[in-house]
Formats: sequence, structure tokens, C-alpha cells
Amino acid sequence: MANPRMKAIVSYPPAIMQNLSRRNITGYLLVGLFFAGALPCLSGCGESTGQSKPEPATSVAVSTDNAATSGIIRIVSSLPRTGSAKLQTDTMVNGIKLALDEAAYKVGDFSLELEDRDDATAATGDWTPDAEGDNARQAANDPDVMVYIGPYNSGAAKVSMPILNRAGLLMISPANTAVGLTKPGLGEPDEPAIYRPTGKKNYARVVPADDLQGTCAAEWAKDMGIKTVYILDDNSFYGKGIAEMFRQRCNELEIDVLGHDSIDTKAQEFRSKMTSIKALKPDLLYYGGTTQTKGGQICKDMVAAGLKCKLMVPDGCMENAFIQAAGPENANERVYVTFGGVPPENQTGRGKEFVERYKKRFGFMPEAYAIYSYEATNAALEAIRKAGKKDRAAIIEAAFAIKDFPGALGNWSFDENGDTTLHKLSGNIVRSGKFEFVRLLGDGNQQKPMGDQKK
Amino acid sequence: MLTLLLAADSISGWQLFVQQCLNGLTYGALIALIALGYTMVYGIIGLINFAHGDLFMLGTFLTLTLINAFGLDTAASAWTVAISVAALLIVVALFCAVLNFSVDRLIYKPLRNAPKLAPLVSAIGVSFIFQNVGLLWKGPADLSVPKLISQRNLLGDSAITFTPSDAVLLVVVAAIMSGLTVLVKFTRLGKSMRAVSQDPVAAQLMGIHVERVIGSTFLIGGGLAGFAAVIYSMYIGTIGFQIGYINGLYAFTAAVLGGIGNIPGAVLGGIVIGMVRSLGSAYVEERWTAAIIFGILIVILIFRPSGLLGERMREKV
Repeated sequence: MANPRMKAIVSYPPAIMQNLSRRNITGYLLVGLFFAGALPCLSGCGESTGQSKPEPATSVAVSTDNAATSGIIRIVSSLPRTGSAKLQTDTMVNGIKLALDEAAYKVGDFSLELEDRDDATAATGDWTPDAEGDNARQAANDPDVMVYIGPYNSGAAKVSMPILNRAGLLMISPANTAVGLTKPGLGEPDEPAIYRPTGKKNYARVVPADDLQGTCAAEWAKDMGIKTVYILDDNSFYGKGIAEMFRQRCNELEIDVLGHDSIDTKAQEFRSKMTSIKALKPDLLYYGGTTQTKGGQICKDMVAAGLKCKLMVPDGCMENAFIQAAGPENANERVYVTFGGVPPENQTGRGKEFVERYKKRFGFMPEAYAIYSYEATNAALEAIRKAGKKDRAAIIEAAFAIKDFPGALGNWSFDENGDTTLHKLSGNIVRSGKFEFVRLLGDGNQQKPMGDQKK
Repeated sequence: MLTLLLAADSISGWQLFVQQCLNGLTYGALIALIALGYTMVYGIIGLINFAHGDLFMLGTFLTLTLINAFGLDTAASAWTVAISVAALLIVVALFCAVLNFSVDRLIYKPLRNAPKLAPLVSAIGVSFIFQNVGLLWKGPADLSVPKLISQRNLLGDSAITFTPSDAVLLVVVAAIMSGLTVLVKFTRLGKSMRAVSQDPVAAQLMGIHVERVIGSTFLIGGGLAGFAAVIYSMYIGTIGFQIGYINGLYAFTAAVLGGIGNIPGAVLGGIVIGMVRSLGSAYVEERWTAAIIFGILIVILIFRPSGLLGERMREKV
């Protein structure tokens, strides 16, 4: 078809080029150098905004001597509130609200406020470094904020941890599982020190980390009689990390790893990849990734390409949005999910009571992580109560001192790294469109939780 | 990668290659289907309709809504499936056509004589509006479309899989491409379209109703987005409010690669992209496929700035 308009389109870029050349090139060079100078920082300190906003000084926190003992204490939650994780995070925020409700929004003479912040954008459907960084900076600069609950994604924690560490603000994550965030010697060589520029600890989490989850997944596979496995990951901090843990344990257990590749999460389908994997005939495909990084599509395209093996995914896919995205007919009896705890339906004792109260208050079942955000909030309230004053440093200290906390998850403590002492993981399978608990994992050689959740 | 070829015992290297080519061909045909809509509208009024991808997304949403409304699922009989897919194609195509036409009347028509950038930026605005409509309509999570068309292998027990849904996809794309070519080359409307494309003012002087021709073009372009939406829902099976952006990007790339404004070019561009993606995934690495696609695009455009089948334009005086 004739089209005389090609010219119009093609003529734009050269025009822009001329504009560029006419301007002072050195200006661009300087900007370029500035960003090049920021590069080590991009990879090192996880600040990806590239803007040199002044970091809040620790003096933002009210000094210890005359810390207030009444007034407002604000709790900030930073979770992906847009995109497919919203179904999960809606119930997580409900979990936080439930904990605050039960405390009547008061600790001692302080009245509590919740600020529900979003670290995702509609355009990406997933968390973004910019949004998480902004949330952290806002929280750091607000003298009334004493606790930061979040983030949901381990990669997001890389961004906010250094910011909040400088501000000396307590972070309690309900969902981060990447090992490098807290455990020395398991992640990169400079982890977790790079997240703690001040050298002090301010980050704790109420979920077991991936050194447990990844290895338990491999052990579970071994127990199922898996001999060969193909590993995929989403190239993210979390997904790559857990896939790596899984692979190491597979090698130790002599499960044959046929290959390990990352996917481009922007792609719409992976049929070609699945065709290649099918030719290798693995017993199991392991995907280190989340619902937001195409976990559902991986499951769907396995079926489409005629790859009949099992699929194992980590807790990043432990949400109903995953089953929706994969299609229940594809996921049923095929997908095995590891999760750092037990699903809401299988909670016992105090966990079960939480689920009952949650259902009564909100009218539907919580998702897997709601109980963790509830627990994180209660731990935060406990820390504020014990500190007894509006002082960030005292609240961090009180949080790290939490021992034998009688929470909904059982009795647990924070260890010296800020990790939970709970080691209860579960293996679940997708059956008739729902997650179904199969067995407990990893408590054989770990210390037993002292909770009341014995199966 | 050699290990991959050696480890395969039931499926030999060449069979794997054929399978990957089939994968590439079907995915490419899908991209081509979306690319045709871009190319049609561009060919007539020189507008890169950035909202096309999101129009396609709304089409996929309507497809899912209709499938759920009529309670269709995998268990339906072959005849039911054939009739319902045909009905879906018609209804969704009509919906997208009318929507596209309305957008043209409301938003692009007042800008007909404005500088080129005005409608382009408006199209980006429409794209955002559509995305938000999709967000309100179906929420933020990805949704799964039940597979209506059977997944059995037409080639029996062969190691190579070729399913009815692959066949339907290729047949629909071939039919639409031929249909469009015939329409543009041999019909009265097609003649008017070519005239408007060459010189709207002269066409008007010759008694061609230019606005009517442009309106028809938007109707046809929207209809194509509707066809693409139904086929995509059947074939890929996952839809969400953001699929318009990335598929639109690939489709636009395909259209430019083949020569924007050229109908067989759009199909060729789509097939090239599908093949590169599939073979890149099989013989290089999955994570590099996007980089390879755009790398190849750059190389081709360096040597053929107007695309593979695009004509070199003379300067308009």
C-alpha cells in the first residue's frame, strides 16, 4: 500500500539529533558522568532512584532523654496495593487493621494511626524501586512514624532497608524471605552489611527465610521420588535467590539438575522454552518467582507444550491470584507450593482463632500472608509497649529483645539477626482450584516451634 | 545447548527444530494479527494508533465476559465450540470496531488538520483511558481464559505437537490477510482508501467522502483488534489490563519491521518476530529473546529504513 507518510515518521529522529548536536554537549556529558558516578551506588546501596535526595538524619527521631510518652504513633505499611498482589495485600492490610482494632488503636497513652502505602504502580503491576524508596523516605522523615511494616517483596527490601537503617526506624517484614537480607554468609559476600550502613540492626521478619524454604523444597522433591529437575527463575533478587538455594540442595541430594535458565518476565508466553524443557524430560520443573512475575503463565504453557511433569513454586505464588492466572484446570494436581508456615485453613490453636476472628470481621477467608502481617503488627505493638516511649532506637531495641512471643503463629522469638525462630514450613498442592495442605516440611532437623500448632 | 540436543532421545534434534518453528509461526501469526490493525490505520491517515493495543485488551476482556456469561468451558462439544468461537469473533470484532470508530469521531477527528503530534499524543491518552477502563472492569490480577479449543495433537502420536488451536490461529490470520489485501486492491472502498492515503485533498476533490473512508478504516482496524483479541484469549489464555501495552509494542515493531502501511509486511514482520523469539529461546537463552528481537529490528531498519516490504517514498513536493 502506498504511504507517503513514512517520511514524517522517519524525519523526527534526525531532527532530534540535530537539536542535540546544536546544544552544548558538555552538559549532557556532565549529566552522564553524574549518573555514571551513581552507578556503583545503584548496585551497591540499592538506591535506584538515582536522585541524591538528602538522607534523613537520625536526629529526626526524638532524642532519648525527653521522648514523649503520649501522643500519636504512626505505623506505615508498604505493600504492593496495585497489580495482582492486591488480592493478597488487601487481606494483609486487613490483618494489620485487625491487630490495631484489638489494641483499640492504643498502646499505653499513645494513639495509633495506620498509613497504608503502596509500593507498586498500575503501569508495572508489581513493586517498583521508586515507589518503595519514596515510601521509606516519607516514613523516615515523619517524626511520628515508629514502625514500618513491609515490604512484601525481598527486592523492595533491598531498596528501603538502607534508607530506614539510616533513619533508625524499625522494619518488620511479614513476607520477605530472601536470605541475604539478614543472614551473613548465605547471600552475597557483602550481605547483609550493605543494608545496614550504620552498622546497627533495624530489620526483622516474622517469616522463615529461603535457606529453609529452598532446601525444604528440594528435600520434598526428593521424598516424592524426583530424580531430574529443570530450574527456571524470574531473574529477581527473590526468585533467583530461592532457585539458587533449591539448586544447591538438589546437588547435595543428588537430584540431577538438567538446566537452569531465567525468563524475561515481560514475555507473554513461554511455549518455546517449555518445548525445550519437554525434550529434556525432567520429573519436575521448579520456578523461582511470583504470581506477578508470570508464575501462572509458566504453569499454563507447560500444559500447552505437552510438558507433563510437576511444577514446584515458592511462597511468592501462594495466593489465589496464582491459581486464577494459571487456570485451575492447569494447576490442579500439578502445582506444588512451599510456604513458610501453614495455610489459613490449616491453622490450629491461636492461628485458627485468628482466622475465625478475621472471617467474622471481614466476611471472607484471609490469604496466606494475612496472619503474618497480623503477627508483625502485634510484634510492633509489643515493642512499643515495652519501650514505653516514642523513641525509635528504644523501640528497635525492644523489638529485637522479643522472646517467646505468644503470637498467632505460635511462640517465637527474634534471633540476633532479626529472623524468627519459627521453622515450620508447609508443602501444599493445588487441588480443585484451592491450595491444599500436604505436609509439614523442614521441622525434622530444625528446632521445634514451641507453639501450639503441632499437627 | 548441545546437551539439550543430545539429551533428547524421544524427540530428535530436527523434530525439536520443527516444533520450535511451529511455535514461532503461531506466536508470530498472533502478533501479525494485532499488527494488521496498526498498519491499516497508519496506511490511511498516517496515525500510529497507540490505543490499538489497549483496544485489543478490552476485546480480550469482552471475550472472557462472554465465555463466562454463556458458561462455555473445555467440556463443550466440538460443534458448540466451533459455533461459539465464530460468534465470539463476530461479536467482539463488532464491539472493538464500534469503539475504535467512536474514539476516532470523538478524539481524532477534531485534530484532523492539527500537527501530526497532536493525534499521536491523544492516542497515548486514549491508551491510558482504555487501560483504566480495563482495570475497573476486571481488576488488577491476571485472569485465565478457559481453553475452548481442544489441545489434542492433530499429528497423532508424533513427537511434534500441532493442536487445533494452532490450526485455527493460522487459518484465521491467513484468511484475514488475504481478505484485507483483496479489499484494498479490488473493491471500491479499497480504491478510495488508497486515494485518501495518497492525497486526502485530491481525493476529496474527486468526490471521495474522505471522512467516511477514514471512519471505515477505523471500523476495520477495530474489527481486526477484536479478531486478535478472541484468538489471543484462546491461544495464550492469560489476560490482564496490561497486555495491551506489551503486545502493542511487539505488534507495532512487527508493523515497522515489515514496512508500516503494508499488509503482507505486517504479517511477515509478525512471523519474523515469532520465529526469532522461539528459536532464540531454544538455541540461545530465554532471557535474551527480547534483546535479540529489537537488535534484529535495528539491523534491518539500518539497511531498509522503510521495512522489509515497505516502499521507499518519494519526497512529497
